[in-house]
Amino acid sequence: MSKQLALVIDLNVCVGCHACVTSCKEWNTSGAAGFLSDDRPYGRDPTGTFFNRVQTFEVGEFPHTQTVHFPKSCLHCEDPPCVPVCPTGASYKRAEDGIVLVDYDKCIGCKYCSWACPYGARELDEHQKVMKKCTLCVDRIYDEHLPAAERKPACVMACPTSARLFGDVHDAESAVSRAIRDAGGYALMPEWGTHPANHYLPRRKTEITLHRDELERVDNPLKIDGKLPKPDVKAPSLDDSTTW
Amino acid sequence: MPNPTVTQTAAADSSVRSEVKHTTCYMCACRCGIRVHLREGEVRYIDGNPEHPLNRGVICAKGASGIMKQYSPARLTRPLMRKPGSARGDNQFEEVSWDEAFNLLQERLARIRATDPKKFALFTGRDQMQALTGLFARQFGTPNYAAHGGFCSVNMAAGMIYTIGGSFWEFGGPDLERAKLFVMIGTAEDHHSNPLKIAISKFKRSGGRFISINPVRTGYSAIADEWVPIKPGTDGALLLALTHEIIHTGLYDREFLARYTNAGYLIDTDPTSESRGMPVRDASRHEEIPEYPRNMLWWNRLSEQPAPCHQPEADPYLLGQFTLADGTPVKPAFQLLLERVKDYTPEWAEGITGIPAATIRRLAHEMGVTARDQKIELPIAWTDSWGTEHEKITGNPVAFHAMRGLAAHSNGFQTIRALAILMSLLGTIDRPGGFRHKAPFPRGIPPLAKTPKGPEGVRPDTPLAGLALGWPGNPDDLFVDADNKPVRIDKAFSWEYPLSVHGLMHNVITNAWRGDPYRIDTLMIFMANMAWNSSMNTMEVRRMLNDRDKNGDGAGEYKIPFIVVCDAFQSEMTAFADLILPDTTYLERHDVMSMLDRPISEFEGPVDSVRVPVLPPTGACKPFQEVLIELAGRLKLPAFVNADGSRKYRDYPDFIVNYETEPGSGIGFLAGWRGKGGEKFMQGEPNPRQWEMYAKNNCVFQLKLPPSYQYMRNWNKGYHEWAQRTRLRRHADPIVIQIYSEVLQKFRMAAQGRGTSKRRPPAHLAKRVETYFDPLPFYYEPLEAQATDTHRYPLNAITQRPMAMYHSWDSQNAWLRQIHAHNYLFVNPAAARAQGIADDDWIWVESMWGKVRCMARYSEAVEPGTVWTWNAIGKAPGAWNLAPGANEAGLGFLLNHLISDELPRPAQARAQGAVPGRPLSNSDPVTGQAGWYDVRVRICKAGADEAEQSWPQVAAVGALPGMDRVRNTWLAFVAGKKK
Repeated sequence: MSKQLALVIDLNVCVGCHACVTSCKEWNTSGAAGFLSDDRPYGRDPTGTFFNRVQTFEVGEFPHTQTVHFPKSCLHCEDPPCVPVCPTGASYKRAEDGIVLVDYDKCIGCKYCSWACPYGARELDEHQKVMKKCTLCVDRIYDEHLPAAERKPACVMACPTSARLFGDVHDAESAVSRAIRDAGGYALMPEWGTHPANHYLPRRKTEITLHRDELERVDNPLKIDGKLPKPDVKAPSLDDSTTW
Repeated sequence: MPNPTVTQTAAADSSVRSEVKHTTCYMCACRCGIRVHLREGEVRYIDGNPEHPLNRGVICAKGASGIMKQYSPARLTRPLMRKPGSARGDNQFEEVSWDEAFNLLQERLARIRATDPKKFALFTGRDQMQALTGLFARQFGTPNYAAHGGFCSVNMAAGMIYTIGGSFWEFGGPDLERAKLFVMIGTAEDHHSNPLKIAISKFKRSGGRFISINPVRTGYSAIADEWVPIKPGTDGALLLALTHEIIHTGLYDREFLARYTNAGYLIDTDPTSESRGMPVRDASRHEEIPEYPRNMLWWNRLSEQPAPCHQPEADPYLLGQFTLADGTPVKPAFQLLLERVKDYTPEWAEGITGIPAATIRRLAHEMGVTARDQKIELPIAWTDSWGTEHEKITGNPVAFHAMRGLAAHSNGFQTIRALAILMSLLGTIDRPGGFRHKAPFPRGIPPLAKTPKGPEGVRPDTPLAGLALGWPGNPDDLFVDADNKPVRIDKAFSWEYPLSVHGLMHNVITNAWRGDPYRIDTLMIFMANMAWNSSMNTMEVRRMLNDRDKNGDGAGEYKIPFIVVCDAFQSEMTAFADLILPDTTYLERHDVMSMLDRPISEFEGPVDSVRVPVLPPTGACKPFQEVLIELAGRLKLPAFVNADGSRKYRDYPDFIVNYETEPGSGIGFLAGWRGKGGEKFMQGEPNPRQWEMYAKNNCVFQLKLPPSYQYMRNWNKGYHEWAQRTRLRRHADPIVIQIYSEVLQKFRMAAQGRGTSKRRPPAHLAKRVETYFDPLPFYYEPLEAQATDTHRYPLNAITQRPMAMYHSWDSQNAWLRQIHAHNYLFVNPAAARAQGIADDDWIWVESMWGKVRCMARYSEAVEPGTVWTWNAIGKAPGAWNLAPGANEAGLGFLLNHLISDELPRPAQARAQGAVPGRPLSNSDPVTGQAGWYDVRVRICKAGADEAEQSWPQVAAVGALPGMDRVRNTWLAFVAGKKK
């Protein structure tokens, strides 16, 4: 089976720090897929192009609330709806590694792909008039000038909680495939049939079960200091009152 | 199919052509190692340095946005003087040369130094160079120096250092590598950042259980296995109830308490005794170190009689009451703790904290059972301070972390004492899986450093006779005059705030303006936005900065005559300066993270680090360090000049290499690569190639101690001998945990008119000192809440720092401000609906001090009695060179407008001992920690006819000479192709 590179994002450890968001921006704005423009950078309602954003939402009602930090970028679908709708062939999926890319030279900025993408993962750069999105840092991951350990997307390198795993989800023995299997990784909105390559690992909960007898132990230190003393032998007992 | 991306790569790729330089980040106070990739002299990429022990290659949102800080349009680039005839705050400046600036400062400061050095005050923000700024102030001779600690987390430092000799963050932290249960209490996301994120992630993945106790569920709390919502300011009640439950179920580590704490020390309980409440001493035993007496007594369980403490062959009773041969009734300190927490039941705490009693019990059981039953044993032999050899290191794997959430309350000191005591009860101090120290901690309790004891320590043309900040051990260590009046402008180390070990920066402007305790001449502020988010009572402080004398000799003059602001960025504060000195960014200068300040040590041993310039300074920017070295030379401060008065240090790098704390001491700012050839560490002669060696080694020096010196460092003989030999500590005596605080008791006794201290508090403060200097932890409602009509103002209002911003620093950062361009007040929907407030409505938030208009945002992740917002997102229009319509000014807001820097007057303040005209700071009565999180508010919907704009608004601040005007409507940053 051919290679399919992807990100696996572990929501169990993502704290929503946005390291992936800005490290992506800084790598890519001066990189092959750049620039990533910013409108009104110092003015009202600043907004710019980002390949990756963290959405934060709450689930449940107080006090049973979960706060979920959800990083989202192009999911590099196995069956990407953005590709067939592209009138110029600018949007394409690479056979060799499954990365979905945009050829800026062919892109006419018609936005068909962003309408087709059910995940909202594409952003039109209003200044270059081309559609931009995550490239899985294709200009890093094959760069032999980088040490092998650093041939990873910038967001993966940056992530302080190592919540972002990168690898080939078609290779059953890869770390990403193992993580998906072991932790119950899932893809977003499978009902769309897009088969996203990126997966998410769910929250997991560790609990402690305490047994009653763990609180009543022979080695209770209170005994040493005489705080759990035996009752006075002269205190009343059944022996004083009945003969059976 | 063609592959344009890869083709483009070859043309545009950075890694081929970029030059990589290593230095240390400063986008927050974390100090991660970074690699700065330069293309054509411009920053192309900043990533984490994989070789750095702190961050091991990762970086955060801020660190990865350093490019936008470097090229920010808010940068100051020229020294500026307020235009003659213009008023402060008008933001009218003209360019001056550095020579003019230095001449002016030299003339002014020399005059102050020759007459009354305390009229020069130097206060700094989150600067990471307190060793140098402190040395400058001391050499100048002014007591009026401090950094930001007083309004940040001094309660955390003081509460823990006075109890266990160490504290969280730079000085110690949770050992999550081996912990099984991790409890984080209160907001702590920002201290520290990446290392804690790395550790929490590993901890969770290895199956650890993470409990977060916090009014709000964001950040790290989001991934906690359990979120326990708590009402702000009530953490002390929770901690004392947990202590109650742990003692009453016998889940404490008795052996640890007996051996390593003062739990077994016999305390005089004779109600008629002059020394009641003090540990009984064996006067016949010789004290080698008077500061740290060791002649206390145990009641030996094995012989059933009193015995010198810590004898290896003895074992103390921790509970009970006994009578000494002379008839003195005594109790072990632990017995007194048990009596103290007797009524602090989980049911009692439920009513205060909002946490169900059953949950409190379960938390106590989880902590106690995990600590007891999941013990770690490491086969590491070590010797304790009393000579007993141990063949293993034991750990009880329960770790805690807390920072400002606990600290920024006026009851924070006692709360944090309670936390440190709970951690000690569980036997987790400097043991695997618990709390671990970081060099140069642990220190003796209290540390030896002291301020002068009175005004005689401040003399013209003479260095200060002591340190500007210190660690009082008893009332005689206070820094007051014969009438008990404070010597320092912030009243630190006075009877108002006796253990204010980081000073009270939050009261400097108010005190100087009011002339209480006195007026000053020149206020120098480095990197602190005192005219905005760093001040409580912001609008009043802005008025004070601008206020002039109405009559008298100085009529028409500013009440604070001269204000110097040194910063890299234009801000709300720069507008109030008379002289602005443009600092460099972190990428343009040398810096040290020194063992003399707050280094970046790891649990395994000392670590310090440096910054080296990777870019030339922008414009005429000059590092503040260079400003201080230059001024010190011009003013001929003794440590900075040769015997003949000539300047001793060429520049800051030269100073760092050659400065020694005493001639020939071999101790300098950096611990690594000392000695003539760089062969020594910790101590050694200056090494002229020291910078080069740091630069070659990722800008960091790390020393890993042998495993037997890595644990139990309060009482580890081998470690202490090593620390003494390397001059990390003067003494090698054990640091016994103060379950019962003798230091606090000495202050209390002075307040009761007894004890051996010569000083007694003034009558109006005696009750306050007696109350809050309780040698055992206790809970009291925060002082401001006590004085608030909580029916009228039922809600707690708090702030926290977003992970993608550092204080006010990042609103000028084009990338980061897109994450937080303006802030909302987060309100539980139940609380909001009760006031008819819908999601995103404009609302008024009102405290007894003032009000703000802002937008509300529903959140189920906040307990219903609390509202909160992100700190320091709101800005003055035009500040940080943002366009006038920027969200930060029009939609963003500061909670500071609702917070007072002083306690309510008159009733509450009088109860606290304030005299008319001399209010007390809204601070912890022990440490002077600013009570940021104590404010109570109410909320209501704004009128339909009101402007949809935050309130209050202030006059716009314009760009300054030498700053880029923000013209571009869009930005496309590509390194090496400057547009």
